[in-house]
Amino acid sequence: MIHAWLTQHWHVFVFTLKRLVSTPVTSLLSIVVIGIAFSLPAGIYILMDNLRAISGQTAGSPQMSLYLKLNASESDVEKIRQRLQDNAQITRFQFISKSAALLQLQQSSGLMDVTSGLARNPLPDAFVVNTHDATAETLEQLQTSMQAWPEIEHVQFDAAWAKRLNALLEFGRTVVLMLAILLSTAIIAVMFNTIRLQILTKREEIEVSKLIGATNSFIQRPFLYFGAIQGLLGGMTALCIIALAIHTMNEELTEIAALYTLNLHLQHLSTSDNISLLFFSTWLGWLGARISVATHLWQIEPK
Amino acid sequence: MISFKNVSKQFPGGHSVLKNIDFTIAAGEMVFVTGHSGAGKSTLLKLIAAIERPTSGSISISGQNIAQLKPSTLPFLRRKIGFVFQDHKLLFDRSVFDNVLLPLQISGFDHKLVTGRVNAALDKVGLLKKSKAFPITLSGGERQRLCIARAVVHRPTILIADEPTGNLDAAYAKDIMDMFRSFHQVGVTILIATHDATLLEKNEHRILQLDQGQIAA
Repeated sequence: MIHAWLTQHWHVFVFTLKRLVSTPVTSLLSIVVIGIAFSLPAGIYILMDNLRAISGQTAGSPQMSLYLKLNASESDVEKIRQRLQDNAQITRFQFISKSAALLQLQQSSGLMDVTSGLARNPLPDAFVVNTHDATAETLEQLQTSMQAWPEIEHVQFDAAWAKRLNALLEFGRTVVLMLAILLSTAIIAVMFNTIRLQILTKREEIEVSKLIGATNSFIQRPFLYFGAIQGLLGGMTALCIIALAIHTMNEELTEIAALYTLNLHLQHLSTSDNISLLFFSTWLGWLGARISVATHLWQIEPK
Repeated sequence: MISFKNVSKQFPGGHSVLKNIDFTIAAGEMVFVTGHSGAGKSTLLKLIAAIERPTSGSISISGQNIAQLKPSTLPFLRRKIGFVFQDHKLLFDRSVFDNVLLPLQISGFDHKLVTGRVNAALDKVGLLKKSKAFPITLSGGERQRLCIARAVVHRPTILIADEPTGNLDAAYAKDIMDMFRSFHQVGVTILIATHDATLLEKNEHRILQLDQGQIAA
C-alpha cells in the first residue's frame, strides 16, 4: 500500500521533471525570475549581517573613558577604582595614570620635543571602562551617573554613534521584510499564472481523467509538484546569485581593505540560512500552484 | 444493480429531456436503450455515471443513491463503470498503450504490474500490434475499439456504451457487438444506447425504448 503510494509519487516527480525539461526556455525563464526575486531580499539580509559583524569588529564591547579632575589625589583614584569594581555593569577597567598617558602621547605622536618643553603634565588621570553589551539607553544612564561623581571631570562615550548604527540596522531589517513580502507575492503570482496556462493546455486530459474516476488529489498532484520543483530550483538560483555577488565584492573589498590596512571580508550565508531559503522557496512555489489549482480545476467539469 | 425512480431531467432554459423515467436493471443483465436522436439516450447514460445530475427522482447504483453522493466519493463510483463515449474522448498526446493505461494509473496500480493487463485489453479489441501508435493514426473503427479497451481494462462491473457502432460499417459493428456479448458472458452489466436498427435484429436482450424523454410501453 505504502509502496504503491510512493511509486505513484515517484512517477509524478519524474514526469514533472520531464515536463520541465521538455520546455527548457520557458522553465529556465521562470526559474531565473524566481531566483532574482529571492536574491534581492536575501542579498540585502546578508549584507546587513556583514555590516553588523564589521561594526562589532571595529567597536568591540562598549567602551567609555573617564577623565579625572587634574587635581585628583591618589585617594580619589582609589575611591573610583572601588566604585568601578562594585558596579555590576562593568566587565573590566584599566587605569592610565597621567604620566603613563604623557609617555604614550610622546611615543605615538612623535611630539617628544613639544611635550618635553612643557612645564608640567597637562594630561589627567583616566580610566578606560568596558561594559556589558547593552542598549544605548542603559549605557547613557551609566554615563550620566558616573559623570555625577565629584572626582570626575568628564565621561566620554559615543552613544550617538551606537544609536545611529542600531537605527540603520533596524531600518535595513524593515526594508528586507518589505522586499521579502512584495517579492514573495510576486513569486506566488508568477506561479499562479504558469500553472493556470498549464491547466488550460491539459484541459482535455483533466476532463477525461475526471470521467474515468480520478480523484482531485490525483489530478492536482503533477501541478503541485511542478510548482514546488520550480520554487526549489528558483531558490537554488538565488543562492548561486548571492554566492557569486559576495565572491565578486570580496575581491574588490580586499583591494580597498589593503589600502586602509583593514581586514574586510564578507561572510557567505550560513548553512541553516541556505536551507531555510530553499525550504521557503519550495513552499512558495507549491503555494502558488495550490492557489491556481484550487481556482481553476473545479471549473473543468466533464460534459 | 441500476435503478431509476421517477427520474426527470431539465436543462437550464426549461427544456425537458427526460420525464418520469422508471426502470431497474439486474446485475449481469444486458440492455439496449433505443430511440431517435434527441430522445434522451445520452442524457440517460450520463445520469448513471453522474456526469449529469437529475432534476428530480432518485438513481441508485448497487444500492447507493448517487444523488446524495459527495463530490469526494464520486470518483470511486466512476471506477466501477466503464464508459464508451460517443466522441471517444481519447488523448492524442500519448500512445495507444498509455491511453489504456490511464484508468489503471488513476486507480493507483503499480506500473510494473499492469503492462500485462493493458496488453490483454488491447489484444481483446485487436489493437495489440498498434500499442505504440498514436490515436491520430487510427481509423474510426480502431478508435472505437481503443475506447472500448480503455473502458474495460480496469474490469468494471458496469459497462456503458453510447452509440458504439455509430458511423461504422456493418462488419465492424458486428465485431464490436460480439465484444460486448463476450463481456456480458463473464457477468458484466451492460447498457448500450443505439439508434441502429440492424443491431437489434435477432436480439434476445431487453430493450428500453425512449420516445420524447419517456419510456415507451
